[in-house]
Amino acid sequence: MIALDIENVTKSFGGVRALTGVTLSLNEGERLVLLGPNGAGKTTLFHSISGNILASSGRISLFGDDITQLPPDARARLGLARTFQITNLFAQLTVLENILLAVCGAQKLTFKFVRPLDRYDDIQKRARALLEEWNLVDAADRLVRNLSYGEQRQVEVVMALSGEPRILLLDEPTAGLSPAETLRVMEMVRKLPRDMTIVMIEHDMDVAFEIADRIAVMHQGRVIAEGDEAAIRGNQQVSDIYLGVE
Amino acid sequence: MRRYSLVILLAIAIFAALPYVLPTYYLSLTTKILIFVLFAMSLDLLIGYTGLASLGHAAFFGFGGYVVGLLVVRGQVSEWIALPAGVALATALGALFAVLALRARGSYFLMITLALAQVVWGIAFGWRTLTGGDDGLPGVKRPTFIVSLADENSFYYFVLLMVGLSALALVAIVRSPFGHALRGIRESETRMLALGFNVWRHQFAAFVISAAFAGLAGCLFVYNTRFVSPDVLHVVRSAEVLIMVILGGVGTLLGPAIGAAVIILLEDFVSSLTQRWLLILGIVYVVTTLFAPRGLVGLYRDYFSRNRKR
Repeated sequence: MIALDIENVTKSFGGVRALTGVTLSLNEGERLVLLGPNGAGKTTLFHSISGNILASSGRISLFGDDITQLPPDARARLGLARTFQITNLFAQLTVLENILLAVCGAQKLTFKFVRPLDRYDDIQKRARALLEEWNLVDAADRLVRNLSYGEQRQVEVVMALSGEPRILLLDEPTAGLSPAETLRVMEMVRKLPRDMTIVMIEHDMDVAFEIADRIAVMHQGRVIAEGDEAAIRGNQQVSDIYLGVE
Repeated sequence: MRRYSLVILLAIAIFAALPYVLPTYYLSLTTKILIFVLFAMSLDLLIGYTGLASLGHAAFFGFGGYVVGLLVVRGQVSEWIALPAGVALATALGALFAVLALRARGSYFLMITLALAQVVWGIAFGWRTLTGGDDGLPGVKRPTFIVSLADENSFYYFVLLMVGLSALALVAIVRSPFGHALRGIRESETRMLALGFNVWRHQFAAFVISAAFAGLAGCLFVYNTRFVSPDVLHVVRSAEVLIMVILGGVGTLLGPAIGAAVIILLEDFVSSLTQRWLLILGIVYVVTTLFAPRGLVGLYRDYFSRNRKR
């Protein structure tokens, strides 16, 4: 089954074309890494997929549903989860509270006004199980703003996973991390279930080639190359603009 | 949990005993404090929990009050209809303002709420034939709900019951999944959207709930003073309640309650010395933002509480 189908998507900001005729398609369970220099349009493409910005033209569908015009929350309810390039968490809340909200969102527990959240045993259990599974139990009661950057990145990944999404978008999950922290986050990505479709933006070549089933290279708003590791390494245009001439 | 129940029982006992201890003047001052406690808590649901700073909250307080005043004085309507109508119409006004104001965020949201509230004030001030204009509407008699609430003691108990029940409802709301979602929205709207929450609907609901409790406070206020004038809708009222929330501590329900008590007591004390209450209020605001930006509750947590969050 096709998980994500992007057809001829274009996005302009005023006169600036950020995306030009992008067409990509992912099968269920496939892992695609987006490569490309800064300003290539990778994050714009992510935002168009998650609904944070709407495509100017073209069509995006998720498991057969046309989502081109849907707001981000509706796309999330269809099983799409994401992390942000700039960490986007609830800074003044604890790690546990952050994960609890993610679980509430995933289980569509909204507009419940009476019973305290502490008394929803299934929600609490699920959140604690997630913290245990991803080794964040010790940080449960710490405020997110007091965590290290690496820990925040991990919380953000766990948050995206808490709804058992069918498709996960990771926007540079290892950017700005120390080598040790990068290993930890990559370990998390490796542990993800194989049937989860993943799109990831990544600058680190080794990480990209290790994770990806397929790689798409973007440049100036277009996809200029697509294929497996060998195809990308052997592509002259990619070498010139991105990998540098070796 | 047991300590909490003890504190609550003690508070109930103290508040129930007050009419037997306090002279009438201070009892009616306590009634006024309770009304503003509710008003300030209602605003904090919006500011402290949802992250929407409104400078027009007096619109709902005053509109609820005017509905009661007009129905009682002009329409001779029963209190069984007037009070629910006051709350219901303030809630409806809240829904209308929410639709208009939620298009903006931050200081623009603040300005829109201010402008909308000024419209309501302008109508109350200008429509003399209906509202009495600047002279207001005197003669709003206290209601009779089974027993007459005309004297200070029974009216105090009525207000205590209303504010107590409202406080319980607000506490339940902020601890519920809905209340937690509001905190999430305060921290990051885009993150909440990415988690599948319909942010606008949550903000709308918070705004309307907040307006409903502010409307109830306004109705009680008008019954308390037996008089309604454009003063209840004035921007100074909106600013005053905002300062109560900030002084007490944004994002807690106890904070605004303490802030309301401090401001009302201070106002009472200052008015015996000088006419320049607004000057004093301004100084209170400046001192709070300089030395206790997270309010009195924040100050207490910083210096005395051991179990503050790491």
